[in-house]
Amino acid sequence: MTLVSVENLSVRYGANTVLRHVDMVVEPGEIVTIVGPNGSGKTSLLRAIIGATKPSVGQVALKPGLKIGYVPQKLHVDPTLPISVERFMRLTDRVSRRQCVEALETAGVPDLLKRQMSQLSGGQFQRVLLARALINQPDVLLLDEATQGLDQRGSAGFYQQIEAVRRETGCAILMISHELHVVMSASDRVICLNGHVCCEGSPAVVASAPEYRALFGTGTGGALALYRHEHDHHHDHDHDVNPKEAAE
Amino acid sequence: MLDDFMTRATLAGIGVAFAAAPLGCFVVWRRMAYFGDATAHAAILGVALSLTFQMSIFTGALAVALIMALTVTLLAGRGYAMDTLLGVMAHSALAFGLVAVSFLSGVRIDLMAYLFGDILAVSRSDLVVIWGGAVLVVALIAWRWSQLLTATLNEELAYASGFDPKREQLVLTLSLAVTVAVAIKVVGVLLIAAMLIIPAAAARNLARSPESMALIAAGIGTFSAIAGLRAAYVFDTPAGPSIVCVAAVLFACFSLVGWRTQGRA
Repeated sequence: MTLVSVENLSVRYGANTVLRHVDMVVEPGEIVTIVGPNGSGKTSLLRAIIGATKPSVGQVALKPGLKIGYVPQKLHVDPTLPISVERFMRLTDRVSRRQCVEALETAGVPDLLKRQMSQLSGGQFQRVLLARALINQPDVLLLDEATQGLDQRGSAGFYQQIEAVRRETGCAILMISHELHVVMSASDRVICLNGHVCCEGSPAVVASAPEYRALFGTGTGGALALYRHEHDHHHDHDHDVNPKEAAE
Repeated sequence: MLDDFMTRATLAGIGVAFAAAPLGCFVVWRRMAYFGDATAHAAILGVALSLTFQMSIFTGALAVALIMALTVTLLAGRGYAMDTLLGVMAHSALAFGLVAVSFLSGVRIDLMAYLFGDILAVSRSDLVVIWGGAVLVVALIAWRWSQLLTATLNEELAYASGFDPKREQLVLTLSLAVTVAVAIKVVGVLLIAAMLIIPAAAARNLARSPESMALIAAGIGTFSAIAGLRAAYVFDTPAGPSIVCVAAVLFACFSLVGWRTQGRA
């Protein structure tokens, strides 16, 4: 059964429409990556799914009883707030210490339970966020640019961890990412977003789609093109080729 | 026992310290210090209105503090930066309050009593109001503790966990208004923010968890109230400011201790 189903979703902040007629689904066990330039509505889409932003048109349907594990883009722990990893992980869910330890092991950081959150390195911090999201055995994990602030090795390791989590727990993963070269190989499906869904399909299909190239350029495989793209390209042309169908 | 004015003053100070401790922690964690100050300053307008319409000071101050806090929360992020907005609202409310008080003819009002508190004049009924408010605030914050902490850390995390962080913000806003209203008599509108922030900030140096920080802040607040009143009695100094002075000295001591232990580690 489909876990998350977004139908004809539009999101508007005042006069500014950030998402137009977006349709997408997340099926059990798959890794879906949303890519798109800054201001393309990636975070708004994720916020709409968790109910933080109200759609102006359309709807978000979640499977009844769906358990969501959410890994935020960045979490600022004010230096004045003393909180240990264990306390942080037990904040919203009624879980045992053993479940905390198991979740930390799954996230690849088994020994951090007693540490203060403010003492963690960037990589440890993101893994603790991942562990917290995993603690209730979610059906779907949502990650909002979870590797921001990590170096290339750190984020590669983080994505390997995500794949391992999917293997071990079987939960579906919906993530937003900038790091196209890493993401592309790890995902089952890629959705290229720029206010609307530009194209969608397997990593290889999306990488060669004209809509994707228009956004991210060619040659670098998308890895570096991100920082050079045009922000306001237009999609006046018809999408006469659906890359997803073309692949099948 | 309650016949002694010093006993009543001490109990009033402890009541305010208890309400201010957990709330003050959130004020510090969420960087709302100026927000607390603004709400407190606005309360003087509430005092003026209470005297005009012959209501209880508590009701008037609570109403204006609440309106002030809600207005700022609503307007935040719509054009002006938060601190500009607070600066405009807080000082306007204070100025209008002071002007309004001057219009009250026939009644001689000791403005100082509302600006700096008049803890030695706390009556039995004042005590009931102060402790009623303190229990309400502590109960409210204890009830929403985990949700408040989550919302403080990350808004989206709160939504994903199934609750609305804006509602939690409202809990803090309401608690702040109640605390301001009950603390006017004890430390006055100009020093309420000090009772919120100083004990919590001092406690940070000793605490290892959010809960212990709130408890230590309550301890520091209580000690400040007792020692401050004692000092005011011995040296014949104003009571409210003396309490804040003790808290400030404790803050300096604990910061030094915290700084030294951090330096060694």
